[in-house]
Amino acid sequence: MNFPFLSVITFTPLVAALIVLMLPADRKNEARVTALAAAAFTTLLALYLYFGYDVSAGGYQFVEHWQWVPQLGITYHMGVDGFSLPMVLLTALVLLTGVMISWRIEDRAREFMAFFLILAVGVFGVFAALDLFLFFFLLEIAVFPKFLMIVIWGWPKTREYGGMKLTLYLFIASVVALLGVLAMYVQSGSKSFDLLALAQAQFPVDFQRVWFPVVFFGFCIMGAIFPFHSWAPDGHVAAPTAISMMLAGVEMKIGMYAALRLGIALMPEGAKFWAPVIVLFGLVNVVYAAYIALIQTDFKYIIGFSSVSHMGLVMIGFATLSTEGLVGAGLQMFSHGIMTALFFSIVGMVYDRAHTRMLPELGGLAKKMPWAAIGFMIGGFTSMGMPGFSGFVAEIPIYMGIWKGRALALDGMPAWFAGLAGQAWFFPLVAIISVISIVITAAYILLAVQRVFFGNLPAQFDHGEHAVGDVAALDKVAMAVLCGLMILVGVYPAIMYPLVYAGLQPVLQLLGVQ
Amino acid sequence: MQLDPTTLTWLIPVPPLLAFFLIVLFTRRSRWLSHTVAIGLMLVSWIMSWSVLAQILGREHFGEEGTIIAAAQEWLPLGAEPLKMGVLVDPLTAVMLFFVPLICLMIFIYSVGYSNFQKPADPHDKPGEPPHNGVEPLYSRFFAYLSLFAFGMLLLCVADNLLLMFIGWEIMGLCSFLLIGFWYARKYDDPKQITPRQAAVKAFITTRVADVVMLLGVAYLYSATGTLSFREIMYAEEGHKLIELAEMASPIAGLSAAGLIGLLLLTGTVGKSAQFPLHTWLPDAMEGPTPVSAMIHAAAMVSAGVYAMIRVYPILAATAEHGAEHGLTPPTLVLATIGAFTALFAATIAVAQNDVKKVLAYSTISQLGFMLAALGIGGYVAAAFHLMTHAFFKALLFLGSGSIIHGVEHGMHHSHEHIDPQDMRHMGGLRTKMPVTFWTFLIGGFALAGFPLVTAGFWSKDEILADAWAHAPIVFYTLAIAALLTAFYTMRQITMVFFGKPRTAAAEHAHESHWTMTLPLSILAVFAVGIGWVGIPEKFPGLGGLLPNFFHEFVGGALLEHPETLEFSVIPLATSLVVALGGLGLGWWVYRNAWAKADDRDPLEAPLGPVYRVLKNKYYVDELYDWAFVRPAFWLGEKLFSAFIDRGLIDGLIHGVARISLSLGLAIRDWVDIPVVNRTLSDGSGEVVKAVGREVRVIQTGRVQQYLVIALAMALVIGAVLAALNGVALVGQ
Repeated sequence: MNFPFLSVITFTPLVAALIVLMLPADRKNEARVTALAAAAFTTLLALYLYFGYDVSAGGYQFVEHWQWVPQLGITYHMGVDGFSLPMVLLTALVLLTGVMISWRIEDRAREFMAFFLILAVGVFGVFAALDLFLFFFLLEIAVFPKFLMIVIWGWPKTREYGGMKLTLYLFIASVVALLGVLAMYVQSGSKSFDLLALAQAQFPVDFQRVWFPVVFFGFCIMGAIFPFHSWAPDGHVAAPTAISMMLAGVEMKIGMYAALRLGIALMPEGAKFWAPVIVLFGLVNVVYAAYIALIQTDFKYIIGFSSVSHMGLVMIGFATLSTEGLVGAGLQMFSHGIMTALFFSIVGMVYDRAHTRMLPELGGLAKKMPWAAIGFMIGGFTSMGMPGFSGFVAEIPIYMGIWKGRALALDGMPAWFAGLAGQAWFFPLVAIISVISIVITAAYILLAVQRVFFGNLPAQFDHGEHAVGDVAALDKVAMAVLCGLMILVGVYPAIMYPLVYAGLQPVLQLLGVQ
Repeated sequence: MQLDPTTLTWLIPVPPLLAFFLIVLFTRRSRWLSHTVAIGLMLVSWIMSWSVLAQILGREHFGEEGTIIAAAQEWLPLGAEPLKMGVLVDPLTAVMLFFVPLICLMIFIYSVGYSNFQKPADPHDKPGEPPHNGVEPLYSRFFAYLSLFAFGMLLLCVADNLLLMFIGWEIMGLCSFLLIGFWYARKYDDPKQITPRQAAVKAFITTRVADVVMLLGVAYLYSATGTLSFREIMYAEEGHKLIELAEMASPIAGLSAAGLIGLLLLTGTVGKSAQFPLHTWLPDAMEGPTPVSAMIHAAAMVSAGVYAMIRVYPILAATAEHGAEHGLTPPTLVLATIGAFTALFAATIAVAQNDVKKVLAYSTISQLGFMLAALGIGGYVAAAFHLMTHAFFKALLFLGSGSIIHGVEHGMHHSHEHIDPQDMRHMGGLRTKMPVTFWTFLIGGFALAGFPLVTAGFWSKDEILADAWAHAPIVFYTLAIAALLTAFYTMRQITMVFFGKPRTAAAEHAHESHWTMTLPLSILAVFAVGIGWVGIPEKFPGLGGLLPNFFHEFVGGALLEHPETLEFSVIPLATSLVVALGGLGLGWWVYRNAWAKADDRDPLEAPLGPVYRVLKNKYYVDELYDWAFVRPAFWLGEKLFSAFIDRGLIDGLIHGVARISLSLGLAIRDWVDIPVVNRTLSDGSGEVVKAVGREVRVIQTGRVQQYLVIALAMALVIGAVLAALNGVALVGQ
């Protein structure tokens, strides 16, 4: 048995949380340092796995497999492939930067760090779990502490509402998806929750067509698919900064990750059948949320809606069912996770210092917090797909994938829909509409940059008791880490491409692309 | 040390990038170090470019396979066919490498004087506002951005594939945003006047619309051919890839894949080179510092748009029968139409502008229209030629206008007037005040107008007109009128600025700019005259053949088939002569006595009436776009998506469900839980338990002995029952 890296990564935060909770309530710094140490440790381990993964061999590596409840076919089965490994790294990075950003929280700092760490246990576990029982078990751990954290530390105006809305939506998402997974469990007849066993099941085409949307769209709720997206902006805004980072940066990716792993990979025939529908839903996400972001006056809502918009691109990438589209979507998940974590951390920094997030009340903050301004602009360039940043290398393949489209299996679809999606111009049109949304992205990002960081600095922020100070050293470290990664992946995409490509190889084979 | 040309080509874009990082990270506190780094490293790039040129000019049949410089590295392992990044120097790149680094260098040197390096800092100056009379507060940052801009352009020039080209293209878009909005804190009294901040966003968004469409073209090209390399698509296998593309059907009926790709790529150029209908950002981009305008208009950005079109011309012109034979395909037709229309359209607007930089901005739009129209009708070499000559004289004109504005601003400090220093009505008589600026501006203006024989603009424009005459008479007539207007408004500008008497005290007190500004002007003026001599047609009467038509031979080598040499025709030549001299003469005649005072009216205003007003307001295109695109976008986001669907329908539904669930909960509590469950079941069973307890309580006496007795009794009973059951079991055995 090799060293159980994945279990160590997953449960290090739990151990740290217990240690933090055992500290006396007034030892806030010890709590913070413990959390930071645990986060740094998991990040190092995640990096070790990232670079230790053997791309040429492919498949699941660092596997751990033990019996758990053999009577029900439940095992403790963990492992990562090229698709989940970037997600594990992403989680570690967001955990690390989230702890850094939350350094200044004074209100029950100890409990905050403990809950945040427990949250991370669930998220790590979800990406590493290869047993569906374990997966759902950890998924709930990834959801529930958020409710408490939003309600206790969130934005006083909307925290009850936002926390409730978010938690209910995510529970509904997981329940709907669970239903689909149970159907697969029963259908397979193998009496096993093991992902690898289910992958061998070869479900009948009719079964796949019925149950694929249940699993896929169920998880997509977690990725904020229209019209089930409204939890995301409201939840992000209500949540404290670190939770927004984790929520938008990582947890929305859980939805898309699971939609691929349990939806497309287990029921490829269903995916082929539903692909044109997913394309349309993704397209609505992309355009609709971009327009709403354009008119928001609350800084945090802009970012909230921009996340919804970007997730639409991931959905479209999936739905192309092509190599380029899937690889691009996988990269976009990582890129967007890093970017949105950066965005929310900067929104938090601005709010902590100016005590408002309303654009008309802000301005000229670049003078006071130049690091935040530069960080936001780098994030903005990633967001609008500028070359040299990770967003570009993620979006280019997605557009290539969309443009290629592919011959869709449209039998069984209503005639009018088959008539529409069967046209040669269907995919090119989707591509054109979704690229236009990049322009809208550029518009709202630039407007936000100008209204928050440039223009006139309101006098009360300049001097006096409400004067705005610069960001803390740890904030700068966190921003530098996130910005550095966006540039690194943008300039040298080969650091991630082969990995994601290797991870998606089996899915592509199932889809008959490779 | 002798570097091999391939390595050297890789390195050409690097120095300015290095300069950017050096300035941002280390030298930003020292103004002197910052500009030294920027200029020094730009100089290195220029030397490297020209040494590459020197090496390749000696090669026989340069342009054919084996003689060009080409190298590529894997960048994106995307599936079976990795995307490669590489460099390419063929004749077309060589042309770019000839003028881009040189003009960039001139602009860099000019910026030293323009940003008032020689003056001390003025305490009244704030960062983000133009300096009043001191050194630019964000001096180092300016050079950092300029360097990054130059990096983007050089990257684009040496790129061997569309993606790398697009990356350079976007870096320039970013830099133009940063530089147009360089004076981000600047505000005007007139709320309708666009501020640098707004102009920056406008430029970025407008070009971005075009860029993303272009990106789709790139994506389409990649999915159709599996490569983005210029050479692999356009030149390899004798153009087979092109024929394939031309035969491939596209999603749009009646259009080949090559046609659709061409149209998508062309849209990118329409945005970047500010062609109608995406031209509106360029005049507003004048809000940036003047060296930036020169950078955008001459050395980089808009030239990049035309260069990109020349580069992908074989795709645009690809037909199924001939790989890259020039004929009219949908993309070239669109190119010719847009180009010719824009050339005329922008020229008419330029006639009615009073801002010295705005006139030049519209003239740029118009001249780029000339190039694209030339390309559209197959004048590949003519387009490249005009691109080069235009870069020289337009850089000269912009830097000259910056010098003029500087001079007037200087005068304003003496006269304490509050006037717009860019308004030509406030100038006049600067000929004697600023002699170097005057003479160089005159040369640049005459080159723009196409003054016969001596200026570079004449030769390149003449070649375009000759091509148009031979291939498409409609384009020829349109361009001829545009050329006439060009000469007219150029003379109008020169007259208004330099002749007559000073119309304000500021103009009276204007004086010549610092040598760092006039030196680049003089150097550029030499090229604005001399560079035309490399492209004199062989069959030109008298002069033809004295010098070989080097340019035609050279650039033509970039195509698979060498373009034909045009038969000499006297009509386009006569037209060139007439429009250039006629326009200049007409301009002089109309404006020589106009504007005795600054607030006089334009002599054309009365005769033209409402037409003049339309021209002055740029055909109201900005207003139209605001009404047609900007407002609907915000309405869509705010009223329909956010208020109605998101907050109204979706949240309304959710809140409705929540309310129903709550009411259901209340109903269950009131009607089921409390009466039935609580009162009857729970409370009822509770009562029963309590009653039993009350009855049994009698045995709870508190005496241990009694408990023991009860315990014993229970044990006996249980034991008996067990024994009996066991017995049954035993019996059963």
